[in-house]
Amino acid sequence: MTATDLSLLQTQADRRFARKRLMAFALPALVLAYLAYTAVAFDLAGLAQRARWDNAVTLASDSWSYKVHVTRDHRSGGIDYAVEGERKGQYPDDMHPDWVAPGETTVVDLGRDTAVRLLPGNRTEIDIPGFGLFEAHLDGRRIVTNLPQPAPDWASASNTRVALTLPAGRIAITRTKTEVFRYFAGWELFWFTLDSPYHGRSLLDILLGDRIDPARGNLGGAWHDFWYNPMWQHAAVAWAIGETLLMAVLGTFGAALIALPLSFLAAKRFAPLMAVRFAMRRLFDFVRGVDALIWTVVLARAFGPGPLTGALAILLTDTGTFGKIFSEALENVDSRQIDGVAATGAKPLQRIRFGVIPQLVPVLLSQVLYFLESNTRSATIIGAITGGGIGLLLTQAIQTQTNWEEVAYYITLVVLLVMVMDWVSGRLRARLIGRST
Amino acid sequence: MADASHPGTQGVDRIQHAYLAQVARRRLYGGLTLLVFALLMISGFVVADDRNAGGFWDGLSHVGDYPAVVLSEAWEKRADLPALIAKFFPALVETLNIAAVSTLLGAMTAIVLALLSTRGLARWPRMVPLFRRLMDLMRAVPEIVIALVLIFVLGGGPVPAMIAIAFHTTGALGKLFSEVAENADQKPVEGLASTGANWWQRMWLGVLPQVAPNFLSYGLLRFEINIRASAILGFVGAGGLGYELRNAMAWGPGRFDEAAAIFILLFGSIVFFDQLSSRLRNSLTEGQTH
Repeated sequence: MTATDLSLLQTQADRRFARKRLMAFALPALVLAYLAYTAVAFDLAGLAQRARWDNAVTLASDSWSYKVHVTRDHRSGGIDYAVEGERKGQYPDDMHPDWVAPGETTVVDLGRDTAVRLLPGNRTEIDIPGFGLFEAHLDGRRIVTNLPQPAPDWASASNTRVALTLPAGRIAITRTKTEVFRYFAGWELFWFTLDSPYHGRSLLDILLGDRIDPARGNLGGAWHDFWYNPMWQHAAVAWAIGETLLMAVLGTFGAALIALPLSFLAAKRFAPLMAVRFAMRRLFDFVRGVDALIWTVVLARAFGPGPLTGALAILLTDTGTFGKIFSEALENVDSRQIDGVAATGAKPLQRIRFGVIPQLVPVLLSQVLYFLESNTRSATIIGAITGGGIGLLLTQAIQTQTNWEEVAYYITLVVLLVMVMDWVSGRLRARLIGRST
Repeated sequence: MADASHPGTQGVDRIQHAYLAQVARRRLYGGLTLLVFALLMISGFVVADDRNAGGFWDGLSHVGDYPAVVLSEAWEKRADLPALIAKFFPALVETLNIAAVSTLLGAMTAIVLALLSTRGLARWPRMVPLFRRLMDLMRAVPEIVIALVLIFVLGGGPVPAMIAIAFHTTGALGKLFSEVAENADQKPVEGLASTGANWWQRMWLGVLPQVAPNFLSYGLLRFEINIRASAILGFVGAGGLGYELRNAMAWGPGRFDEAAAIFILLFGSIVFFDQLSSRLRNSLTEGQTH
């Protein structure tokens, strides 16, 4: 080996190293540059200002806790108790929370040594630890308090509205009413609403105890009151979950049923005519490219909102995908098996039935099952757009911006549904085609 | 058994009989399964039809109405179409940006999670099931759930969609990546370990070069899927083409040329990136045996 050879080799090696080094730095630099560009394009700086962190706090606390409102009407002097202030969560007339002592002076115990006394004449007294006695009363149309000036940071007071945010709860006084909120962990009235005789009973009581409601059997009555719980509407939610599942199942299997015969027309071996093949493939590309979003929009115009529209949107999009996958699988079918079947004198349809389909089944099943799981997710999204299934309930609950515990409940259900579908489809795939594929 | 290896006519008859009986039973079961399946599909269709606002058979004749109106209006104003396409091009770029950033971020997190949850490569072998469940959970959350909640906190715009898609992408890619990494050759890793390389170095230099083509190919496939997802999320208020589409549709007749322009952009870009990514993926996995 001469010196020139060596130097040539060396320069080559150097160049390669240089390229490697360039790649090692250029690629991350490129990615970083792109991310920096998008950070500007997405206006991250402005976002930090626009973000409503107080919304995030409400959302986070509301999703796992609830509040009970104690409301005094300043005109009638009457006091109401209601969970989340909703009519559906109102305490019946003869009931009150056990931390409230009604009477001439109603005492609301907020816990943490904080007690609110609602006195006659629309006066309010609160024992606040670390502050002492807070007093407020209506003077004509003004609210007069003993808060010092400037007000402490847990209070905001004006002539028309006083709001106190204490560790134990919140108090809001306006001209027309005094409201006391006490917070509790959990999802309120998830099993039974307050007007149900089964509210507050233990499971053991309902299953084994004496008949609670004389008119009905315990089990049937409890089930009825739970299932038609007006606050959580378990029956409606179950229907919604069922609709979402129905969209996914109908769409996926329907698409597979339609795509299977069509895919033969798109495979070279079974469709000798180039024009047919070309047309079929472009059709598959077209329905796939139009995408579920546009199909949903178009179909919703014709069929209206509901699970059928969602199922058809999934069906159309996936017909394209399945057609493509199946026809590719058909191209790769082993011809020996078909020849063997043909050698027995089989007709073309029999050749397909016994020579092709058995080879196609593993691909078909694994793809269909795989899509079934991903379509459960798509059905949620499509439901939110077209208005059907759990997707609709979810968007509605989010739009109210108050029922975050319902949002949390629906999200849990959706995630569980998808995970169950994932698990089932994985098990079935392993069972039907063996773990190796 | 000895009978079967030297069968007389009687033996053949018996075997044939048993075989035919078995075939008949198999056909019966197969037929029954098909029947049950068909019944389930039909009843499912009936239920779905029942709970839909409009019926299937009534609607079927009207499927073409909306596209026809949109297309005819777009055709009447076809002179404006190029201008409209140019007008909505920034929205398309935003949709693509959302998809690209979420794929990038999701893939980067997925690589780490996948390596942490691959047997034989994991940094903390005991934590493998934990990371797997974490990926399962991330995969199961539909993008729209996170997007809608984040829109409430962050306001409308591309960032909620980006985070939502990236979250789901992490789970989806993590599972695929982990399956690829499981089949990676352990020898380079062992060689690096013998030189005293730490975990990051072993992964970066020993595993990633082996799996990079497959990772890239899965990443491209995800990008394709994420373009569609980002368009859909736009429809619920997360910016980009989907958002413009909803606005154009809300205006109703008179603005259908805008809807048509958006349809064209969306369809064109989906087909374009489909083709591009399938080309790239084919060249990436070329020469691989599986």
